[in-house]
Amino acid sequence: MASQEEPVAGPAQPIAPIQVLYCGVCTFPVEYCEFGSHLKKCKEWLQKEHPDLYEKYYSEEALQAKLGTLSLEAQTKLEKDTAKKEEKAEAKAEAALKKKMASRVTIKRIERNKRKHVTAIHGLEAFGVDLKKAAKFFAQKFATGASVTKNTQGFDEIVVQGDVSGDIVEMIEDQVGLLKGVPKDNVVEVEEKKKGGGGA
Amino acid sequence: MFKKFSPSSDVSGQTSLKSSVQRSIRTSLLSQWKVESETVEQIWPKKESLTLVKCRDHISIYTFHGEPLFFQHFDGPFYPTLRLLHKYPFLLPMVRIDRGAIRFLLAGAHMMCPGLTSAGGYLPPADAAMPAGTPVAIYAEGKEHAVGIGITKLDTEEMKKVNKDVGVETVTYIGDDLWALQTL
Repeated sequence: MASQEEPVAGPAQPIAPIQVLYCGVCTFPVEYCEFGSHLKKCKEWLQKEHPDLYEKYYSEEALQAKLGTLSLEAQTKLEKDTAKKEEKAEAKAEAALKKKMASRVTIKRIERNKRKHVTAIHGLEAFGVDLKKAAKFFAQKFATGASVTKNTQGFDEIVVQGDVSGDIVEMIEDQVGLLKGVPKDNVVEVEEKKKGGGGA
Repeated sequence: MFKKFSPSSDVSGQTSLKSSVQRSIRTSLLSQWKVESETVEQIWPKKESLTLVKCRDHISIYTFHGEPLFFQHFDGPFYPTLRLLHKYPFLLPMVRIDRGAIRFLLAGAHMMCPGLTSAGGYLPPADAAMPAGTPVAIYAEGKEHAVGIGITKLDTEEMKKVNKDVGVETVTYIGDDLWALQTL
């Protein structure tokens, strides 16, 4: 924890920065966790990581001292609000996770010209993949062009030149480097042919 | 200012700055903040260059090795980011709000005068009064670190007199989208 000494502005002495301890759960400075939306988790984290500080902020005396500065009514209201917020945040996190698990990665093979294809991969960003980096990675891996473009629906997708759909599915199954964390069950392969039977 | 901010849609470009521009930024930082040149040197060494990240609504964020250090709206004053302010709390003059106002501040509200003038709040005494338009660090009653950064809308003496409506306009606060942004 930071020392509380008043920084003295010496003439030629750079003043050392104060290191503030940030909560590992909500990223707030630990004293502000109580205003965050996952107080319970923050408390657990602090108790585990810095038990001495936990005592400082959440012991009986500390809570009593806080009560003194605010009317009881306002305090209960605040507590209620916090609990409500916490609940909301939890529900939100759960919904986000559910949505994430339900979202699909679509690998689309698009025919360009009879035997030439491009492969469009859509939905990777839901699993925390950096699209730009992934595109670069594909370009390097397959020695072709790969770029991040907006498709007609306005979503970002990676377009790789050449038919590499099979390889990409394999890579996701093997959880290669960047593609870690993409569950293979969520991968869908689609094929898109040119209209008019391939233009014979 | 940063309640809603997403780097993918709100950033319009990144450039590294000309050294002459950097020099002028350095001098204005020294004149605007209560800081010695040695400390600025430590935050941002002379040899290394800053990156200017241009954002919507004429916000410019200056980053150093990808980490936002300070920002500016139009040609306005420079504000340090909260993380920088936590490290060097003497950069900006301080005001303090009472406990009841914290949760409103953390929801992005501007700070009203009563929260600053009440028993838990703090405004500088009359002989150190600040004019309107001064960047200030907002502290909270019973807390050690700054909770937000704002700009005074009224003279601090006037705040004590009027004791109504917005006294300090919130610029950034803990938990907003600039806070979430650790690197750019």
